[in-house]
Formats: sequence, structure tokens, C-alpha cells
Amino acid sequence: MKNTFIAQNPSVLWFLLALGLFSIGVTALSEVSGVGVISTSFVKVLGKMLCLCLIAIAMDVVWGYCGILSLGHFAFFGIGGYAVGMWLMYARTEGIVLESLSTQVIPPTPQEISDAIGNQIFGVVGSSDFPMIWSFADSLFLQLLMVVLIPGLLALVFGWLAFRSRVTGVYLSILTQAMTLALSLYLFQNDSGLRGNNGLSGLQNIPGFEATSQATLSIAFFLASSFALAAGYVFFAWVVSGKMGSVVKGIRDNEARVRFLGYHVESYKLFVFTITAIVSGIAGALYYPQAGIINPGEIAPIASIYLAVWVAIGGRGRLYGAVIGAALVSLLSSWFTGGGAPNINLGFYTVNWTDWWLVLLGFSFVAVTLFFPKGIGGLFDYLVRKPQ
Amino acid sequence: MRQLFLAVILCLTSAMAAQAQELQSLLQTHVDEVAKPSRTSVSVLLEDLAGSGLPGVADFLENWSDKNIWQRDDGVFFIATPQGDDLALVDIDSGAQSFAPQSRFQQTKPNGGVRRLIGTALVQFQLSDPDPARRASAIASIARKPEAAQLAPLLAAIKDDPDAALKARKIQVANFLSARFAPDPGDRIAAINSLSKDTSVEARSVLNQILEASEGVSATPPEGNIARILDPAQDPDGFYAKLVAAGMAPARISPAEVRAALEANIVAGKVASIPLGQLDSDDARLRAYTLLSEEGLVPPLVTDEDRDNALNAHVFFERYAEPDPAITKAAEATRQAVEQRVAWAQGGDLVLDGLSLASIYFLAAIGLAITFGVMGVINMAHGEFIMMGAYTGYVVQLFVPDYTLSIIVALPLAFAVTFGAGVAMERLVIRHLYHRPLETLLATFGISIALQQLAKNIFGTQARPLTSPDWLGGAWMISDVISISYIRIAIFVLALMFLALILYVLKRTRLGLEVRAVTQNPGMAASMGINPDRINMLTFGFGSGIAGIAGVAIGLYAKVTSEMGADYIVQSFMTVVVGGVGNVWGTLAGASMIGGLQKGIEWLNPSNTLAAQTYMILFIILFIQFRPKGIVAPKGRAAAD
Repeated sequence: MKNTFIAQNPSVLWFLLALGLFSIGVTALSEVSGVGVISTSFVKVLGKMLCLCLIAIAMDVVWGYCGILSLGHFAFFGIGGYAVGMWLMYARTEGIVLESLSTQVIPPTPQEISDAIGNQIFGVVGSSDFPMIWSFADSLFLQLLMVVLIPGLLALVFGWLAFRSRVTGVYLSILTQAMTLALSLYLFQNDSGLRGNNGLSGLQNIPGFEATSQATLSIAFFLASSFALAAGYVFFAWVVSGKMGSVVKGIRDNEARVRFLGYHVESYKLFVFTITAIVSGIAGALYYPQAGIINPGEIAPIASIYLAVWVAIGGRGRLYGAVIGAALVSLLSSWFTGGGAPNINLGFYTVNWTDWWLVLLGFSFVAVTLFFPKGIGGLFDYLVRKPQ
Repeated sequence: MRQLFLAVILCLTSAMAAQAQELQSLLQTHVDEVAKPSRTSVSVLLEDLAGSGLPGVADFLENWSDKNIWQRDDGVFFIATPQGDDLALVDIDSGAQSFAPQSRFQQTKPNGGVRRLIGTALVQFQLSDPDPARRASAIASIARKPEAAQLAPLLAAIKDDPDAALKARKIQVANFLSARFAPDPGDRIAAINSLSKDTSVEARSVLNQILEASEGVSATPPEGNIARILDPAQDPDGFYAKLVAAGMAPARISPAEVRAALEANIVAGKVASIPLGQLDSDDARLRAYTLLSEEGLVPPLVTDEDRDNALNAHVFFERYAEPDPAITKAAEATRQAVEQRVAWAQGGDLVLDGLSLASIYFLAAIGLAITFGVMGVINMAHGEFIMMGAYTGYVVQLFVPDYTLSIIVALPLAFAVTFGAGVAMERLVIRHLYHRPLETLLATFGISIALQQLAKNIFGTQARPLTSPDWLGGAWMISDVISISYIRIAIFVLALMFLALILYVLKRTRLGLEVRAVTQNPGMAASMGINPDRINMLTFGFGSGIAGIAGVAIGLYAKVTSEMGADYIVQSFMTVVVGGVGNVWGTLAGASMIGGLQKGIEWLNPSNTLAAQTYMILFIILFIQFRPKGIVAPKGRAAAD
């Protein structure tokens, strides 16, 4: 069985090899190994990039393979981040509060501890009570469960409603975009219980590892992201190959025909939509401890559209294409907007790339859509001669 | 009538002998009342002064009330102000100024009661002043600060006012005053009842003042005009706090106070024989505190039981300041009637707001409805066309300083600019993607982010003003509750005009016929000699041009920023999808539904517009579940795709 899977998907082995070499190389060159060619902050950029690659392959499966242009997967990504961020923030604040209360003569009551933590966390939105959704914030295990459960359940309910009433194509895209907008607007409120537009911050400090340096933590998260990406890649490669993969691709190409063949199209779509949402949540849970902060702006509809842009530039319908697109565009984006790219002096006007990067991205995106509908991944078709 | 008569006499006498009657001589006939006024004697003098109709009377009364009238030892009165040992004198009639030592003068000092009478007389003067502006300001000052004594002069001044508007206003204010101050309860009740149709803020505040009630607590059944008895079980802690504030019960000991008391009574690592280490729960702390209080070291705890007993032993009530129950009863009934009317008026206001928002959504979405609905093309850059139109208006205002003219220039120019941009986009990009709708979405999104960033690079990130002409400023006040700004009316009218224009173009012109033909069957239309390429281009340009005009309209009431398009794009899409694709009436229905719904939800939860938007989007998601093709669903073969 394993042989046939690999034989059908030779790219999986190549990808795992490349990812493994990349991870070993980055670790060897990082500050942890003592070489220090790659700074801690750049390790974080690379780690975040791997998480974006993970959500990009999820997007590729739902869009490139199943034909559902979801503009809501970044919302699932954000939910994953919020779920893990709640525990990080709670546990870290609890540590700080316990330390400051331990100097008092009379030992604190549980109520006093919880009040003090609530005050620390919700002081910025003028509240001190713990909202309902923080009920499990003290348990890492339960919050990690949320990373999987909440995006999964949301996708399941939303997908069931949408697919059941046969909302397809552009309508579905707009509907998912509306869902994302509703979620981000909700989170922007101060009484949403998630600190409004302040979001959750200080997530780079991992409770229990206060003594560990950020350099070590960043490598740990980098490797974890790398592992998650590898696992996600193998899993999705398995999902889209074999009989199930054929049905899913059939739905993309002609939904009605697949339905007439007797397949229950809605179940397949719902499965793909939900499973990719869960993977998106996991990617978010790995991303935000490296980013350090999450706020509702990250979930805005535009982020999900960018996700589609990455996948389209990388090449839809092939998993490595999504990885290439996400890695390339996110790295280029941080290079251009971070001031890494040299300004171009045209004599009468100086092109400052922090201002012009989005213009370049926008137009190159139009160009890719018009002239290279297969994306960068399509170039591989010229290298690899397919057996006809 | 008597005043009129006197005035006629005076006119006659003054015409016969100029300056025959002077204020000074009139004052001399009442010399004792002026020099040593008392409440009983002064009214005759005030009546005579009022009847004289002399020009200086109001001035004199003001100065008299301010204790600026001094009497010389020969009895003559002056308006005077002390300057050192001297007095600066002003002659009462001629206004001639002079100086004299204080020793020959005596200040007149009317007491408080007299001054009040003088004030009333003054009001009467101002209320019957020949200058309408002064009359209006006198009424306004009464309305601002109503007093019982003003009622009689106001009533007296109503009849003779020649100005109808001022007269009506006087009657209204007099009504307010009678409701509060009329001596006869019957008059008051009649005045209160007459307020039941008045939804103005003033009338409502009159009622509220009559119904002013203060909270109280007593151990025995309360006396006086009781508004209501309160039930302390609603909020036991809050009511107990009132009891404590009234000094009728001991204060509760808060957890923080318990803690402080425990900390203050630590003896050798123990509090009342309980080790400190065990005090990490509320129960343990209360036990320790109880032990302390038994030793008499701290005040005893007030338990929940003590609190409830104390609450049960007292009556909490609200008592009207007004002692007469008949009046408060009438006022309550009137207030209810007024509130009913206000609620209706607010409903009307809400409908206006909803209409206004709906017309904005309609303007923003109708261009999209044409490109999306008629052509099946998703234009994510539609919002940026709105932005482009708004910036066009801004640039026009830089060159044309006259706001009215600049708007007239900007509207067609915005249409031309966005029409051009739309045609260019259709020719260069969309034409190649007609068979791949999802890719159109992505390509136009690329254009959208590029255009947004371009606008940011050219115009900067800060908001640019698009100023509306003066005649669009202000608001149409229908009543104190219902009002709508002229700019929103203008946008509403604009939306109606575009509805008519688009319907006309689509249903009555050759172009519209060709557009509909291409929409239904491009192949058949082409074989009939219609050029589908040209039609697609024109349709797309037309839809984009309308977005440009919508941009000018939206820019007039909101700020022009590079992100303004993005704010409208999702709402516009939802308007089109909810309304039903490919139908102008559908877009109208969708815009009305979304605009009305959003205002409705905001009304239910006014503090939180973000929540309103969230719930509205959730509602739309659910709505699409039940009507996936929108309110006005396409029928027949057109629905098959």
C-alpha cells in the first residue's frame, strides 16, 4: 500500500527530502548551533513561512482540488491562533500574578488570583471579569483541543448549510467572505471577550520555558512547523490520491456529472472543507506563538484573499505549487515591505518599494492569472516529462 | 385695553407738548415708593411705569433692581456708580453724565421681594417690546429658565403681539409655565393635558420636571405623593448600600476589608489562632474574622441574612416633589401619551435612516449588479472604482473652488474617468477570462490592491475632504425627533434618478435591448448582428461609471480615503446576491433589506454598530440558505446556469 502511494506521488518524497534538508540547514546555521548566520528573528520569519505553507496546501486542496474558492480559511487560521493564544496569555499572566501576590502576608484566595489575572488581561478593554469563552483557558490540553474543534465545527456547520442548499462558485466565495467579515467584526468589539482590537499579545513567551532563550524557542517552533508541514503534506497527498482524490477532482471539474454517477457530492465537499479548516487552525496555532501577537485585523477578509493569491501564483492543483507560492510571496513581501529591496531612482521619481510593492504584487498577480494560469508550479511540467 | 388707551393718550400728549411727561417727573410723583420701596407699595408704581410707555423705563427698572439708583438730597433720582468718593451720575431722561460727591446722595436698596416684582415687570416690558428680536430673546430666556412669577406677565403679553409666530411661541411657553406654576390645579391639569401632542424636547422636560421624584427609604409607611414602592429583592446589595448611605444600617464588610482587618490583627503568624497559611480561602478568612469580631477587635460581619432582614424592615419608595396627586397622575398619563408619540416618531426616523442607508447601498451596488448580474463577471475592483470617483471629485474641487459648480463638474467627470477605467479593464483583462469566473475574481482583486496602493501613493494615507455645497448643509428638522440631513436626501434623490436611468437604458433603448440579448444568449445575439464584444465593453464601462458617480455621492458624506472602496465592496456583493443576480429591482430590494435591517439591528442595540453589522451578515448567510438565488430569483432557462 505504502509503495503504491509513494509510487503514485513521487513528488512527496522529493518534497520531504527538500523540507528535511531545509530544516537541518536552518538549524545548523542558526544561533542555537553557534554559527549564527541566520538570526533568531529570521528563524521566526522562516517558521511563520512554513505555517503559511501549511495553510496554503490546505487552501490548495479545497480550491485547487475540490474547486471551492473559500475566502474563509484565514478565519480558521485566526481561530486556531486565538485558541492557543488564550492559554499562552492566561498561563503567563497567572505566573506573573502568583509571583506578585506571593509577597503578601496572607496567602491569596483562588477568587483573588482569578480577579487579578482578569484585571491584567481585560484591563485594556475596561473589564475584569472572565468571559464564558475563557472557561478552559487554564488547561493547555483543552485549548489545544479547541484549536482543532472550533474551526472543525464551524466549518462543518457552515459547510453543511452552504453545500446543502447548493450554493456554489462565486456565491460560495462571497458567502465565506461574509463569514470571515462577520467573525472579524465580532472580534473587533471590546465585549467579544477577546480584548477587542488589542488582540492577544506576548504570545512569544511560553509559560514554563521562561528560562529558555528565544533563540532555542524559535528553533523549536521552526522544527515543529516543519514537522507539521511535512505531516500535512503527506496527509493531503494521501487525501487527494486514490479513489477519493479522483472523486474530489471530479467534483471540481463537473459537479453535476459526479452527482449523477451516484456520489454524495455534499459529503465529499463537507469532508474536504472541514478537514482543511482543521489543518488551517493547527497552522494558526503554530504561527501566532512565533508572531507574538494576534488581533482581529489578521482575520480580515483581505487575508483570505491573499491566501488565494499565493496558491494561484504557486500553481493550483499541485501541493508543492501551493508551498512554493506561499513561501515565495510571503518572503518577497517581507523583503519588499521590510525595506530590504533597494529603491530605484528613475531620475524624476524614486520608487520606494515599501510603497510600490503592493502595486507590483497586484499587477503581477493579474499577469499570472492571464498568462500563467498554472502558476509557478506549472514550470515543473516543462522539466518533468510526463509519461503520455 | 387700558394699556392701549394710555398709549394713545400719551402719544397725543407728547405730540401736543414734546417732553411734557418725563420719567423723572413720574418718579417724583411716587418719590417715597422709589426711595423706600416695599412689596405692598411698589406695585402701584410699577403699574404706572408700565402704563407710561416711556422709553427709559426698562433701563431704569434694571438699574433699580441692581441697586444703581441714587437719590439726591433734593429728591431727584440718578443712575449712579460709585467711583472712589464720587459718584458717576447719569441723568435718567437725558442720559447726560456728570460727577458729584457721594455725601449728598442716598442709595435706594429694594429688598429681595421687591426685586422679584421688578424682575417680573421687566419681563413684561421685554415681552411687549416693539423690537421683535428683543421679544424673541425674552421668550427664549423664559423658556430656558422658567419661573412661576413669569407666568402672569407672559399671559398678559400674548394678546397684543402682532407677530403670529412669536404669539404662537408665547402661547406654547405660557402653556409650559402654566403646567408647572399655575396657581389653580385645574388650570395646571388642563395645561398638562394639552401637552400630550407635543413631542418637543421642551415639552417632555416640562413633564419630567413635574414628575421629578426622589428616592427615599423609611421604616414606616411613607407619606406624601408616592410615585412607586420599590422592590429591594431586585438588587439586594444595591438597596442595602442605599440603606447604609442613609445611615439606617451598618456597612457591609467587603472581602478587601476582611483581608485588611486580618492583616492588622496578625499575632505571631496567626490570626485569631488560625495559622496564616490556612487563610487562602474565603471561608477560612470569614471564620477568622468572625473569631476576631467575637473578641471585639473588629466590627461584626453583616451576613446575607442580616441584610435581607434589614431590607424587609424598610420600605423603599420614590416620592414626587409635587404634592398634588391629581397633577402627577395627569402628568404621568400625558407622559405616557407623549412617549407613545415619540416612539412612533422614532420609528419614522428609523425608516428615514434605513431609506437613506439603503439608497447609499443601492448606489454602491447597482454598478456591480450590472457587471456581476448582467455579465456574470465578478469585479472585486468595483470598490476601487467608487474610490476613483470620489478622488475625481476631490481633484475637481482643487481646481474649481465653487462647491456647487465643482459637484456639477465632478459628477459627469467621475463617470467619464471610471467609464474609461472600466472599459480599459474589460479590454485588457476581463475579456480573456469570460469562461473562468473564479479567475476573474482573482484578477480583479489584483487590480483592486494595485489601485488601492496607487491611490495611497498619490494622495497619501490621510482622508481627503469632499466638501458639499452650502445648500446641502444642515438637516431637515421635521420635529425634535425626526430629522434627516439634506445630503442624505440628495443621495436618496440621486439613487432614484439612477434607478430610473438604468431602467430606461435597459428597457427602452437600443443599447439596453442589445445588452439583454447578449445576456440571454451571446451566440444568438451575435448571429443577429449584435457585436457581443462591443456590448460587453459598454456594459462594463456603464457599470463602472455608475460606481464613479456613487463615489462622489459617498465621498460627500463620508471622508475620501484609499480604503473607502473596500468598506463597501462586501456590502455591495451581499446586496446583489441577496437581491437576486441580474435584476435591477432585485438590487433595490436587496439594498432596502440590508439598509433597513442594519438600522433595525442598530436600533435594538444602539451602543454597538459593530455587533449590528455582525448580526446582519449572519442573517444574510442564513437568508441565502433559504433563498440561494436571492429575493428576485431568475426564472426559466436563465436560472439554469
